[in-house]
Amino acid sequence: MTAINTILVPLKRVVDANVRVRVKPDGSGMALDGVKMSINPFDEIALEEALRIRERGEAEEIVVATIGAQVCTQQLRGGLAMGADRAILVEVGRELEPLTVARTLLALVQREDSQLVIMGKQAIDGDNNQTGQMLAALWGRPQATFASHLRFNGGVATAMREVDAGLEVIEVDLPAVVTTDLRLNEPRYTKLPDILKAKKKPLETVTLDQLNVEPETQFQVLGIEPPAQRPRGVKVGNVDELVQALRQKELI
Amino acid sequence: MARVLIVAEHDGQSLNPGTAKCVSCARTFETSAIDIAVLAGDGGAVAAQAAALAGVTGVIRVDHPANESALAAVAAPQICELASDYTHVFGPSTTFGKDLMPRVAALLGVGQLSDIMSAEGAWRFKRPFYAGNAILTVEAPQDRPVVATVRTASYQAAESTGKAPIREHAVDAALPAHTRFIETRSDSGGGRPDLQTAACVVSGGRGVGSKENFELIYRLADKLGAAVGASRAAVDSGYAGNELQVGQTGKIIAPQLYVAVGISGAIQHLTGIKDAGVIVAINTDAEAPLFEVADIGLVADLFAAVPELIEALGG
Ligand SMILES: Cc1cc2nc3c(=O)[nH]c(=O)nc-3n(C[C@H](O)[C@H](O)[C@H](O)COP(=O)(O)OP(=O)(O)OC[C@H]3O[C@@H](n4cnc5c(N)ncnc54)[C@H](O)[C@@H]3O)c2cc1C
Repeated sequence: MTAINTILVPLKRVVDANVRVRVKPDGSGMALDGVKMSINPFDEIALEEALRIRERGEAEEIVVATIGAQVCTQQLRGGLAMGADRAILVEVGRELEPLTVARTLLALVQREDSQLVIMGKQAIDGDNNQTGQMLAALWGRPQATFASHLRFNGGVATAMREVDAGLEVIEVDLPAVVTTDLRLNEPRYTKLPDILKAKKKPLETVTLDQLNVEPETQFQVLGIEPPAQRPRGVKVGNVDELVQALRQKELI
Repeated sequence: MARVLIVAEHDGQSLNPGTAKCVSCARTFETSAIDIAVLAGDGGAVAAQAAALAGVTGVIRVDHPANESALAAVAAPQICELASDYTHVFGPSTTFGKDLMPRVAALLGVGQLSDIMSAEGAWRFKRPFYAGNAILTVEAPQDRPVVATVRTASYQAAESTGKAPIREHAVDAALPAHTRFIETRSDSGGGRPDLQTAACVVSGGRGVGSKENFELIYRLADKLGAAVGASRAAVDSGYAGNELQVGQTGKIIAPQLYVAVGISGAIQHLTGIKDAGVIVAINTDAEAPLFEVADIGLVADLFAAVPELIEALGG
């Protein structure tokens, strides 16, 4: 018997990290038409970590889940191709606030009787960095956020966390929530046969209703605007000119 | 009227400047109280520093052995216990605040706002998202506590000119034992200024090429009395520690002078330096995106330019 039955890995469909997104001219949102979408990079790292845990024989099964529209099955199939066993789409037509996302994930944790949730520390669209911590709070379980190293010993996880002062090591009892930082691992590439195999893996669709989750919107969006632009600077020809320019600005 | 509770960040001895920046944020809207909660093993020294911040109306000192090291799971129920007297609960958007505040919010059954960069009244805030490519204005409902992190790069620290009363509070909440602190491993930075508060920062990127070459960045930083930063690529390659990473997923900083050496200027890096006073870029590639935001650009090989610059700065 391994300590962990099921690892739940939530995946979010987001704009690809290499795309430079802009605010729509009318300020109604972001210009996302025809833009490349991917699995949130931190979530890919979360899934990679789950795969390694299973490969070490420390977990039985990995379930990936997404909350979003039907198109998100693309990212779920991507997760299955990487090596997850099953996928769940919680079909929702609009963007949910992190608290509702956390409530939805809690419902999935309970439904799947999961002992470990590994998820990205933030999604690169909303940049909220909240959902893992909220899930842990609602679940009444530990959180190991911003993890850059993770090991298990029976029912205890030891996590190294990237904090402002450097690295911090904490120990948490399972069940627990872990959120990933960039240096936890490097996700594997999926190969064509894996993509084909993923098409046959189970993908289930559920609704918020079925999970007994009432979506709640607390914050009203009043506007979206582009950030202030920095005025264009100058190029200097050599180090002497650089030093002069710094002197002029009284910086040295 | 708004009553703001700020969660102090500290290391047991000194208050982190992020706390004083939360005070500055709270002072931009009308309040009837700005109190600071100090959770510590022995919070005497930190509470005194918190009480001295201009604009602070009171300090709540919560001493408990379990507060010896800051653990979100342990601190959150204690903050929730105090929160009932307040309309707002703020923490800095440091790794400490980001870890703790969402947990506090969820325990209170409310959402959380991340990285407040400006307040337009007590219930209307601006925050960046999409790696700072867009700014969101949101309104929070007045009938629920506003739990938020404050983007520290957007505020100056409140000055230490006040003298607020300090009261003690005994912990009632049941504290979990499921999370245990083991150790912190930090590079003391060799006595250099702190990256998050330094007036001047010199950062190195992948262009620096190796951990040994990164010595050049340290030498230039020391010449300028600067803190040292790094791009993600430099940290990933082992040239510098993770605590030096600047950017969307590292530190967001606002020094008066930022010198980027051998850094291309990916959007995730630029997010971290948008509020810098003057940005200097040294890069061999004239097309590097960093030049688009740099106030002063020098297209040059860093291995020639940086030693020359160190020389020119005298000593
Ligand atoms: C989710 C996510 C989060 C991220 N978060 C961050 C973050 O917080 N911070 C961050 O920095 N990055 C972050 N990144 C990574 C970011 O996208 C870039 O990959 C990274 O910033 C590149 O670092 P760099 O500029 O040092 O390296 P490169 O892009 O490789 O640039 C190196 C530069 O050095 C120059 N150079 C080479 N040799 C010399 C020389 N001899 N003299 C002068 N110049 C030279 C080159 O011309 C080039 O411009 C993130 C990425 C993702 C996907």
